[in-house]
Amino acid sequence: MSDLPKNSNELIEKIDYNPSKKGWMDVPVEIRKGMYCYASNPKSVEYIGLPNARPWNPLDDDWKLPVNWKEIVHNAFKERLDRFRSFKVFMDICVRCGACADKCHFFIGTGDPKNMPVLRAELLRSVYRNDFTTAGKIFGKVAGARELTMDVLKEWWYYFFQCTECRRCSVFCPYGIDTAEITIMAREIFNLLGLNIDWIATPTANCYRTGNHLGIQPHAFKEMIEFFVDDIEEKTGVVVEPSFNRKGADILFITPSGDVFADPGTYTAMGYLMLFHYLKEQGLNVTWSTYASEGGNFGFFTSHELMKRLNAKMYAEAKRLGVKWILGGECGHMWRVINQYMDTMNGPADFLEDPVSPITGTKFENAKSTKMVHISEFTADLIYHGKLKLDKSRNDNLKVTFHDSCNTSRGMGMFDEPRYIINNVCNHFYEMPKNTIREQTFCCGSGSGLNAGEDMELRMCGGLPRANAVKYVHEKFGVNMLACVCAIDRAALPPLMDYWVPGVGVTGITEMVANALIMPGEKERTVNLRDEPLPGMEE
Amino acid sequence: MIKCMFSLTVVIILAVLAFVGAETAGFKAQFLFGIAIPYAALLIFVIGVLNRVIGWARSPVPFAIPSTCGQQKSLPWIKPANLDNPTTTGGVFGRMFLEVFLFRSLFRNTKTQLSEGPKISFNLEIFLWLAAIAFHASFFTVLARHLRLFTEPVPSVIQLLEKVDGMLQVGVPGILLSGFVLLAAVSYLLLRRIIEPQVNYISLTQDYFPLFLIIGIAASGILMRHIFKIDVIGAKQLAMGLVTFHPTIPEGIGGIFYVHVFFVSVLLAYFPFSKLMHMGGIFMSPTRNLPGNTRAVRHVNPWNYPVHTHTYEEYEEEFRGKMIEAGLPVEKE
Amino acid sequence: MSQNNHHDKEEKKMYNKGEVITGLVLFAVIFAFPFWYNMGKAAPVPEPVLTEQAKAAKECIKPKALMKTDHMQILNDWRNSVARDRNRIYVNSSNKEFDMSLSNNCLDCHSNKAEFCDKCHTYASVSPYCWDCHIDKPKEK
Repeated sequence: MSDLPKNSNELIEKIDYNPSKKGWMDVPVEIRKGMYCYASNPKSVEYIGLPNARPWNPLDDDWKLPVNWKEIVHNAFKERLDRFRSFKVFMDICVRCGACADKCHFFIGTGDPKNMPVLRAELLRSVYRNDFTTAGKIFGKVAGARELTMDVLKEWWYYFFQCTECRRCSVFCPYGIDTAEITIMAREIFNLLGLNIDWIATPTANCYRTGNHLGIQPHAFKEMIEFFVDDIEEKTGVVVEPSFNRKGADILFITPSGDVFADPGTYTAMGYLMLFHYLKEQGLNVTWSTYASEGGNFGFFTSHELMKRLNAKMYAEAKRLGVKWILGGECGHMWRVINQYMDTMNGPADFLEDPVSPITGTKFENAKSTKMVHISEFTADLIYHGKLKLDKSRNDNLKVTFHDSCNTSRGMGMFDEPRYIINNVCNHFYEMPKNTIREQTFCCGSGSGLNAGEDMELRMCGGLPRANAVKYVHEKFGVNMLACVCAIDRAALPPLMDYWVPGVGVTGITEMVANALIMPGEKERTVNLRDEPLPGMEE
Repeated sequence: MIKCMFSLTVVIILAVLAFVGAETAGFKAQFLFGIAIPYAALLIFVIGVLNRVIGWARSPVPFAIPSTCGQQKSLPWIKPANLDNPTTTGGVFGRMFLEVFLFRSLFRNTKTQLSEGPKISFNLEIFLWLAAIAFHASFFTVLARHLRLFTEPVPSVIQLLEKVDGMLQVGVPGILLSGFVLLAAVSYLLLRRIIEPQVNYISLTQDYFPLFLIIGIAASGILMRHIFKIDVIGAKQLAMGLVTFHPTIPEGIGGIFYVHVFFVSVLLAYFPFSKLMHMGGIFMSPTRNLPGNTRAVRHVNPWNYPVHTHTYEEYEEEFRGKMIEAGLPVEKE
Repeated sequence: MSQNNHHDKEEKKMYNKGEVITGLVLFAVIFAFPFWYNMGKAAPVPEPVLTEQAKAAKECIKPKALMKTDHMQILNDWRNSVARDRNRIYVNSSNKEFDMSLSNNCLDCHSNKAEFCDKCHTYASVSPYCWDCHIDKPKEK
């Protein structure tokens, strides 16, 4: 664990937005404890079949790279320029206007100038100029070019694992230059040298083998969910009956495994179970899968290829089980992958049917090719058609604000569906300031595989702008609950809140829905899913 | 600061070269700066730009990755953001129009401030947008206005444009607003680059160079019109000679004219190899020019290739015993 | 992995060809406007015609080159001098006196406005507001 200062003010005092006088190329990288994640475990790298699996340590001088590592990088760079117009255009057209500079949560939270998106990109661009442009070859440093050295590679590694691919900068860039795209390329190159971080490498290996990042094996996955079934019965008196790997179901449900594993995500998982049970009478026929037991995709943080390899399970399982369409749980990057990549990589899903809600008859036209619907779209439609009996007052103890996840915001545009649900399941909802929500939302600081323990200082710095906006509504309106539609948020935001805004909890939307949902045959509900007394039921 | 001074020095050398050449070396130098270099620059510009854009087009767009800056089109009763997250071709045109002509994304710009509390605030920062819009719009006007020297007869639109540009009716010859707006905007952009610590830190030589060059172009143009008057008829004769492929060098136009033309030539020739290519690049940006209908319409990746996956059969093979024991259905008993 | 094998075949292909070519043609056509607008023909350079009277006078109030570039400034100065200071007499460098009047002096010699003034003005696309008042009236009473 890092030496995170107990007093959060100490972290603030270090921030200075004015960079030093010295040119950035002359400031060598210092890989600092608390700001980086541990190196990939060779076993995981090997399992997934990626090169150069060996133990290594980012703090060592010698990273144990293949002797021809420069050649590997050069060729990989070229190959990606030829394959991705985004990469090529983004390398060429930045005018360094600086509009993106103070839009990055890592820059705002650290003041480190190399966390300005433009400079993060320049780390690669400088080498691009040297290797691939005439001007760079002739004029060298005058034209902002530099050779790839071990120090440069280390600088790349340090800073491209200080980007959460949140795309906030791309919203402000006049040409739409997306640092996420650049970070993705950099990380692909790292993985050709065996330079992943373990918080990404091991989950991907787990996911490849067991179907989910946490490495939960099928029997254990079932047991964990059955544990929720007992919990739900205890709190509501209703016995829900989930099914697994069931052929003949109409809908396959896939959600991040994090919600099966740890609080507060588990309450959201219980929420799904309750919602599905509630709708069973009305004709919902849904199954879970232990094989496709992961919505998230840490392959996305490794390479396009690994993303595709992990994502393939969703369609494969839907095909095997013969379902009509797929319903997806609350998750951030999972939905970027589904919304913008899945159909292209692993489609066409012509073996599935156009998604139609069996309860309302609503045809989800927006998902007619991918055949996958977001649980918030599904739930909002139910509420709109009056299909859910809800008692909002059960959430009266909550003063809620909503954190838009980066990926569902800037890689999808899902803003009003979750808000509609929140407003229908609770009475006290307050928006954070407008430059911190919707398409301008701030990252939790731990996305894209950076939610490890050893980089806690980085996470707290990166989460500062988000936390600060929560603090604003916490102080102004007494907000005590931060709602979100992302499993990484549910893992990352609680420590962030404890550090910057103690007294604010974190919840998924479906947890709030389940608490408000009046289940047929339920006993008198006295506690919510967290075993806290419902409003009016306090002793 | 070195980068800034270096760029300035280069621009000054270019100016001296053209001025001294045209004033002292006579016809030969005037032929060089007035005919040979402009033609060469034009050729480099056109071929260079085409080459660059075609180069970009040779790389495919494997994934549809629009930045969705507004509500998606999902349920019929939720209002989608048709311009910030368009789903139709028309919507994409609308979004691109706003980006290209009104700098929509830059308009969102804010300035982040950290104050006691801690309190982070994001205040509207309109000046970058304002200067950028003023710069591009005035540059375009100046360019269009120059068509009076490149066309015969002069189209009435161009005459009208000049009338509007000169509506202040100050001075003789009348002051044309666009030239001064251009000079002011480009000077602001330069000063900002020098003074603002973050922008200064990220600036490269190639960020200062075009700014100084454009300042040189605008300043020499204004000087020619108002201070060191040149023979406009001669200037037009030269310009018309170029565009009708009957190049001539009229006598006595004056050295400053050749400085102006040389600056423009350098800018044209420099253009395809520089960040100025953002002019073409904005149209090619996959985060802006693609519709956000990615779940409704399948985007095809031309190099999509098969990958190794962990199949269900392999999965069941490994866990079959545990699955049966847990009561999970299996394919093979 | 299979990444490398797939790539070579596609090296030279252009993607989104239709859109890109359309865009580039549009760019080229707009940019080349002056070239196709003039259709490769040399536009005649206007030669202001001197009246017999002007020819006889041999020289204007200042040398020809200076008159070419600065006549608008001179006329403007004259107007100010006449209207504000009631000074109507201009003395040139060879001590010759002139009446500061566009209509009575300039247009006296250059009475052929269309052949003398307009030719260059039209060519250079300038529309001086002199003619707002002094419209085709070479002689004032």
